[in-house]
Amino acid sequence: MISERLRLSGISWLQLSPILMILGFFLVLPILAIVTVSFWSSTEYSYFPDFQFENYQYLLTSSVTWSVYLKTFMFTAITWFCTLVIGFTVAYFLAFHVRSLYTQIGLFLLCTIPFWTSNIIRMISWIPFLGRNGIANSALMDMGMIDQPLEWLLFSDFAVILAFVHLFTLFMIVPIFNTMMRIDHSLVEAARDAGASGLQILTNIIIPLSKPGIMIGSIFVVTLVMGDFITVRFMSGGQSASVGRLISNEIGLLQYPAASASAVVLLATVLLMIAIMLRFVDIRKEL
Amino acid sequence: MKDKQVDVNGTIPSALLNEGMTAHERQRRRLLKGASASAVVAASTVFGVPTIWAQNIKNVTLRQFGTGVSNLNDVADKVKEDLGFTLEMTALDSDSVAQRAATQPNSFDIADIEYWICKKVWPAGNLQAMDTSKIDNYDKIVGIFKDGKLTPESTIAQGTAPHTVGFVDGPDGKNFVDEESGWMTLIPTIYNADTLGIRPDLIDGEVTSWAQLLDPQFKGKASILDIASIGIMDAAMVCEAMGEISYGDKGNMTREEIDKTMAILTEAKKNGQFRAFWKSFDESVNLMASGEVVIQSMWSPAITAVKAKGIPCVYQPLQEGYRSWGGGIGLSKNLSGLELDAAYEYINWYLSGWVGGYLMRQGYYSAVPETSKNFMTADEWGFWFEGKPSEGEIVNPQGVVMEQAGAVRDGGSFEQRMGSVACWNAVMDENQHMIRKWNEFIAA
Repeated sequence: MISERLRLSGISWLQLSPILMILGFFLVLPILAIVTVSFWSSTEYSYFPDFQFENYQYLLTSSVTWSVYLKTFMFTAITWFCTLVIGFTVAYFLAFHVRSLYTQIGLFLLCTIPFWTSNIIRMISWIPFLGRNGIANSALMDMGMIDQPLEWLLFSDFAVILAFVHLFTLFMIVPIFNTMMRIDHSLVEAARDAGASGLQILTNIIIPLSKPGIMIGSIFVVTLVMGDFITVRFMSGGQSASVGRLISNEIGLLQYPAASASAVVLLATVLLMIAIMLRFVDIRKEL
Repeated sequence: MKDKQVDVNGTIPSALLNEGMTAHERQRRRLLKGASASAVVAASTVFGVPTIWAQNIKNVTLRQFGTGVSNLNDVADKVKEDLGFTLEMTALDSDSVAQRAATQPNSFDIADIEYWICKKVWPAGNLQAMDTSKIDNYDKIVGIFKDGKLTPESTIAQGTAPHTVGFVDGPDGKNFVDEESGWMTLIPTIYNADTLGIRPDLIDGEVTSWAQLLDPQFKGKASILDIASIGIMDAAMVCEAMGEISYGDKGNMTREEIDKTMAILTEAKKNGQFRAFWKSFDESVNLMASGEVVIQSMWSPAITAVKAKGIPCVYQPLQEGYRSWGGGIGLSKNLSGLELDAAYEYINWYLSGWVGGYLMRQGYYSAVPETSKNFMTADEWGFWFEGKPSEGEIVNPQGVVMEQAGAVRDGGSFEQRMGSVACWNAVMDENQHMIRKWNEFIAA
């Protein structure tokens, strides 16, 4: 009996081993390495094993860190809100207004077409469009809506958020669309028969039932924006900082231990945010 | 015997011949291990030492990395043609270059780095000093890299002047020395004097001073480069020109000087003076060419790149002088034997003129201008080096017309430009403090 149980547990461990190995090598090990290095010391040109808290001490007491985190949270919050509104609307339209399955699939694929190009290209293509002498400004000036080119269109927080929304809305559309497709249409009909208004149907049926999708999309968007460095750098013309840029700067300056400490703090922050988000929806139960 | 070998092999480099016997012994031991050893050794007894060289040097591959400035595929192709061995080039940005030189000694054979980077990475011990007696054109190298003086009357500019980190006290030396010790850290290859680039068509009036970078006239149309160690220099040139701060040494500021400088820049940033900050060469070209920016820190080839698009752009000489930089090639600690000899051969070839001519036709200067002259036309030499009006069209190495007849180089001749250097790119004692302050400025 005992040997039988051992054999069974042996088999289940064996079945688990591929995923354990992949996660171990590609997730746990690198994170452990980063955590370890974050306690090391460094000089300008080298870093060496040590156990000290100076990296964290400087990081957590520097006013730069606080202002950069504040800025990153701001980018995250606004991007999250915009992608959620756009993503939900698009998914709602696809799931409830488009009747034919083929049109649904066709339109859904249409949403993914921009993703056939690299996201750097999609981001950079905004630069000539929004520039001082770009298409947006010259069009507005030709229409007589403005006399002077709008300076805030490019190299500004506006440009950063615009690029984020453009890049990440699909990550919201896909999971929301996915959960909406599982909503039983007879529920909506029943609600309508019972005299519910469109708004009531939305708030009482569709939004609650789409919550897992909304939450998955939100996790995507939040983690992507929190960890980004290249979009912030290009679209703000290097004038805004984000946590990712802070880390990339530190790596550039050979401050690996400091960069690791920043990475650990960022990881902890993002995990905390996700933990809070998961309090609102039990994804496992809903899926 | 040696003469005969030269006949047989045509272009046997002289430095290798001088070294022939020891190298031969080394090589022979190596070859004996090989499968075809006996055949080659037999050949070597017939044709002598250099045959082995000529054949085996072809198998050498040297891995060079550096900034995009001088890591040119044309150079690698020419090395293959002239010297027979393979040079693999990797181009990186300044930060990555410093990073790799300091932390990945096994990833390169030749480091093409700037002098201020050298000051930073030499103590890591990944580079070996070079014996100047093996450098053919050592005597002809410009004084800036030896005693620091362009002419005997020159005063030495502030910052990390190349000669201060150019020599160490021995083959394994860790300490920089002031005199020409015979052991060089970097063999100078390329250098220039930097200033502000402007768009004359979009600017009213003259630009004559660094202070004008923060002129309210250019509000929202100025840019500065976001590489802390270089950006702080441009910032210091600006603050000094404004009369706000007088520095003891711009290349080695005190904490107080750094704080004051960054405070002025931060205030300007908050007032919307800057349109953007740039980190890479291409970004600076795009900012200028698109008209987003009309005045900014810039590098010489970026100016030519903007001009090549048919857009007017001037590398404006300013009354306070230039911020200058210099690069050189250093050898990895791991080089020895045949590879080390090939590397010396490469250095000698580098200084022998072809590369110098190539780089000078892009607006840089070569460490040994005399040899470069042989690879330039009289008109090119007059335009680029002597600051004379060109007689015909000036064409870059890729064949693109850069200037029409009658054009004069911004800033004039070599002596005028390199003679008015105010400061060299540098790394400061308070580097870490400076970097923190710079990051605060970017995040502000």
